[in-house]
Amino acid sequence: MADQQRGRAGADLSTAGPRPAWSPSPLQLDRDRHRRRAGVRSAVVAALSTVVFGVVLVLAITSTPGWPRIQASFLVPSSAWAAVPDVARGLWLNLRIMVVCAAVVFVLGLSVAVLRTLRGAVFAPVRWLATAYTDLFRGLPLILVLLLVGYGVPGLRLQGLPGDPVFYGCIALVLTYTAYVAEVLRAGIESVHPSQRAAARALGLGHAATLRFVVLPQAVRRVLPALLNDLVSLQKDSGLVSVLGVVDAIRAAQILTAKEGNFTPYLVAGAFFVLLTIPMARVTDAVARRWGAPGTGGAV
Amino acid sequence: MSGGAALLSMRGVRKAFGRTVVLDGLDLDVDAHRCVVLIGASGSGKSTLLRCVNLLETVDDGVVEFEGRDIADPRIDADAVRARTGIVFQSFNLFPHLSVLDNVTLAPRRVHGVARAEAEDRAVAMLRRVGLQDKVRARPDELSGGQQQRVAIARSLVNDPVLMLFDEVTSALDPELVAEVLGLLRELREDGMTMLVATHEMGFARRVADEVCFLHGGRVLERGAPQQVLGEPVEPRTQEFLRSIVAAGRM
Repeated sequence: MADQQRGRAGADLSTAGPRPAWSPSPLQLDRDRHRRRAGVRSAVVAALSTVVFGVVLVLAITSTPGWPRIQASFLVPSSAWAAVPDVARGLWLNLRIMVVCAAVVFVLGLSVAVLRTLRGAVFAPVRWLATAYTDLFRGLPLILVLLLVGYGVPGLRLQGLPGDPVFYGCIALVLTYTAYVAEVLRAGIESVHPSQRAAARALGLGHAATLRFVVLPQAVRRVLPALLNDLVSLQKDSGLVSVLGVVDAIRAAQILTAKEGNFTPYLVAGAFFVLLTIPMARVTDAVARRWGAPGTGGAV
Repeated sequence: MSGGAALLSMRGVRKAFGRTVVLDGLDLDVDAHRCVVLIGASGSGKSTLLRCVNLLETVDDGVVEFEGRDIADPRIDADAVRARTGIVFQSFNLFPHLSVLDNVTLAPRRVHGVARAEAEDRAVAMLRRVGLQDKVRARPDELSGGQQQRVAIARSLVNDPVLMLFDEVTSALDPELVAEVLGLLRELREDGMTMLVATHEMGFARRVADEVCFLHGGRVLERGAPQQVLGEPVEPRTQEFLRSIVAAGRM
């Protein structure tokens, strides 16, 4: 039916008449002016209130009685400058930990999620095991897992295991984050409508092919924002490996606070982590918009 | 078909999405207590027109006068206008997380400030009117398409709108369910509701409409009594459209 619209011969339609190029009527121009003015007004109000809030906050903090002492122990420019190289070197280690762990976590999390969604009595033990794993490691505080793995496993004196605490820190991070990511992915898998599975099976795709080509692509898209949220979280939790004595950004800052006699290096480390997180958060927003939105419908 | 007393009066309405001009200087009047049916090919702007009336879309130019006020003006309170109109969508758009009763009482309670007990009494009465008094506690996904659409109609009617907009309300329904929804629309018409209906059901248009408008190229190309527009159309485009409808066995 739509093709009837094409090839219209405008002139021969008595009521349609010729159509000159459109230009907005005075009425519409007035409406547009009003919308623009309203937009400018709300932008000005937002900007002003932000500035006022910021100024009040700064004045309130700097006028507290303890401010000079805080300044002396947290905001020493020379200490901050001295801390930059060591903290940056430590941050590079944090970054590598994050990237490696994220890749491993995604693969393992996907496996656990798939195991948890398997149906049938044969898979019951696997399902229970996967459930027990996610329950356990989502419940355990990450710092405990780090301490138990970092000091416990080397204590077993198993042959062939590396002695590097970074390795054990990564194991602990992977154990904890895999449990979270598996649950996020499972939610995604279960949110794909059964009719999608039915359509794939009807085409002759097997169980695995259905999962691989139809269910998982939709599931991962749908939970992408949550996954990227976990990635940002993993990035800053990589700082916790410092409890095992690894010299990452946090540990480097800790050593420097002793040397400098003030806490400024901690602030430097914190600033570095935030600087790293902000671009990543923006990238994840953009990725989620680009990939998360389309094809996630299918609602009835 | 004009006159200053029209409940809804559109003058020179334009709406474009990017480079696609959907409404191009459209004029349309709907007098109170009349049923105007919009026909036309897919993409001829029927849905866009209805969405502009309910302010779900902002028009790019022109006047949309409703109850004597230009509601295309950005200074108007859109929610107040929407509280006086009702729209029913092709795909029902019921809230799946709410029961039938809660779907119907949501707007009365949250928008119109009706107390819960009274809102529920009115909702049950309205559901009885659409023949669904025994589905009050059901969830939308437990209902057939026809039942869901009747709930959607009840959800609109319960707010006492002065104008009802119907956007191809039977297009997503199985043939045997179409009749129950169209029957409801006919009853509404007999009760004197002002209705603007976009539809592909020519039989319905013939029996129920006071006026049929054929939309083409973003304007009302032909308008008149159903016998005239559907029986002896003047415009070649209208004739062509009706021939394709007949060929599809929809007439």
